[in-house]
Amino acid sequence: MKELLLIFVPLVAAGAAALWPDNRTRPWFLPAAGLAHALLAFGLMLRPPESPFHAWFGCDPLARAMLPAVSLLFLGCAAYGVPYLRLRAERPNRVFVAGFLAALGLMSAAHMARHLGLLWIATEAVTLSSVPLLHFNNTPRAFEATWKYLLVGGTGIALSLLGSFCLGYASLHGGGAGDLTFAALMAQGTALSRPWVLIAWVLLLVGYGTKMGLAPMHTWKPDAYGEAPGIVGAMLAGGVTTVAFTAVLRVRAVVDAAGAGEVASRTLLVIGLFSMLVAALFLLSARDFKRMLAYSSVEHMGILSLGAAVGGVGLWAAFFHVWNNSMTKGALFLSAGNLRRAAGGRTIDEVSGMSVITPRSAALFVAALFAVTACPPFGPFFSELLIVKSTFATGHGWAAAFFLGCLLLAFFGLTRVVFAIVYGRPRQAAREMDHRYRETLAVVLPPAALLLLALGLGLATPNALREAWTAAVRQLSPTP
Amino acid sequence: MSGLLNLLIGLAMGLNLVALGTGRLPSLIRIAALQGMVLGIMPLVIEAHDWRMMVLVIAAATVAMKGLVIPALLRRAMRTANIDRDLDPLIGFLPSLLLGAAGMIGAVVLARRLPLLPEHHESLLVAGALASVLTGLLLLIGRSKAISQVCGYLILENGIYLFGLLLIHSTPLLVEAGILLDLTVAVFVTGIIVDRIQRAFDSLDTRKLTVLRE
Repeated sequence: MKELLLIFVPLVAAGAAALWPDNRTRPWFLPAAGLAHALLAFGLMLRPPESPFHAWFGCDPLARAMLPAVSLLFLGCAAYGVPYLRLRAERPNRVFVAGFLAALGLMSAAHMARHLGLLWIATEAVTLSSVPLLHFNNTPRAFEATWKYLLVGGTGIALSLLGSFCLGYASLHGGGAGDLTFAALMAQGTALSRPWVLIAWVLLLVGYGTKMGLAPMHTWKPDAYGEAPGIVGAMLAGGVTTVAFTAVLRVRAVVDAAGAGEVASRTLLVIGLFSMLVAALFLLSARDFKRMLAYSSVEHMGILSLGAAVGGVGLWAAFFHVWNNSMTKGALFLSAGNLRRAAGGRTIDEVSGMSVITPRSAALFVAALFAVTACPPFGPFFSELLIVKSTFATGHGWAAAFFLGCLLLAFFGLTRVVFAIVYGRPRQAAREMDHRYRETLAVVLPPAALLLLALGLGLATPNALREAWTAAVRQLSPTP
Repeated sequence: MSGLLNLLIGLAMGLNLVALGTGRLPSLIRIAALQGMVLGIMPLVIEAHDWRMMVLVIAAATVAMKGLVIPALLRRAMRTANIDRDLDPLIGFLPSLLLGAAGMIGAVVLARRLPLLPEHHESLLVAGALASVLTGLLLLIGRSKAISQVCGYLILENGIYLFGLLLIHSTPLLVEAGILLDLTVAVFVTGIIVDRIQRAFDSLDTRKLTVLRE
């Protein structure tokens, strides 16, 4: 029953934070709950529960392969949250802290949901609990971004509910009981009605793909990431996307069992490459360095989708990449948050010379840029290399070539923006801001730690993680 | 039994067209509420031979949420925003009405071609679900005021609920309740955002939300 604690510890902490009277000490709930959650998640990963899982719910191998990454990212963001919220002492943080903690509990629930309805409820609840986080800055731009997030995300998630019901009907039509647990659906296998399975796959992919931010359903992402505070962007890009990717993988396993795995792989391949292309093209013209991070996230979702499409080793590499994505996105968003606050602007027309104003954050930002664009020896290099290799090995040579081309374009786009803001002469406005914002250790250490983790994942991938990923691959494709 | 159910679904489909034709926000909210209540009593009709506790609870909760709570939240948002008309929609009332009617016919044709269980052949459930989803999407895309878009979202959800009725024997109460709760919270949260947009932009016209672009 330890897995239930993963949900209830953050939710109880959220409740306590909502009742806590003091605005100044309330942020400490974040690292406290984050630490407890990380210990629990890693404990469960290293010592998996022996008993069989509840049909609706359980910390199965897939959850164990994903959830600790989210937990680690949350801990990094939480550690950053304390100094961040002290800087923003003018804003009441009751709703923010409670929402942030609730989102962690609900993300745990969504990772562990083994029932389509439950998965939907948890994902929708994550979406809703992150709404107050998005408009924390309380500007008209933030409300505009939140509205788009609600409208696009809400419609997408509604379609995934329709898809869930279609999958239930596929079971009924195939002579089953219409049971929406993944175990029952996979057991029914090829008896599921094929047309309904295909309809369900399209709707569920569109729905959870919207949450992941796969193109062309990514339109909410640049606005939301651009307007939200750095820690929220990091959690959205490294945590919520992981939830949605887990959901896509669970559904895809059912589609596979129903004998339509070929169709599922092809759609994932096409949508993954399309996302990479869209992201690369937008990155080439990006001027705002926070919106740029959103397109980078779209690109990495494309990479995950490609890995899942290839299957086998590719899927294993996709799990590896989930971890790398969470760590590097954390480092990028948190250091970008520092730059944004010190610079007082966010486009390359307004900001330059940040290496003089905030040298440590600027150095971290550049290092994180190299990590995210898959330069060795950071983790993303190894996971993306493995994805390319398995893409070639399965005879998708053209897809691998396309993938590499998009990576190259994205690299040009990202470096162009990053070097423009980091080097050069500081602008007048930024020099004036400088007095108000000091680069303390507290705001530099969390992104540095996340970046070191990304480096460690690449240099020496722990065996426990490798085994967790292998177990997850085995769970998703029972007959290798 | 099937006759009564089809009558109710027909009523819901008719309400879709009324929703597409109206520009007044109070009537749009009333139509969405009425449709929600019509949907809420459907489980009672389907399970007329055996009213279990679960069915009664789902029906009562649906009617209360979709018919009373959510419309009340929307009316409050509308009152604070001090508007009651969606005067210049992106897709005009007549074109959207025609599109909605065409969509309804298309939904009936499509539902006939989909592979259905024998007991669902005579039922309008699938056709009604598709028509409502289309209507919801039309309102979401075609209207310019935030509240009309929320109503579109509600009608879209109603369509999904109609489809979910196909699975009424196999979906546990807990899931139904969770979905309903999420929907209510969603509308509540949206109501807050609508209120803030009104204050920040001094308008509920979502076409004015164009600061963020490439």
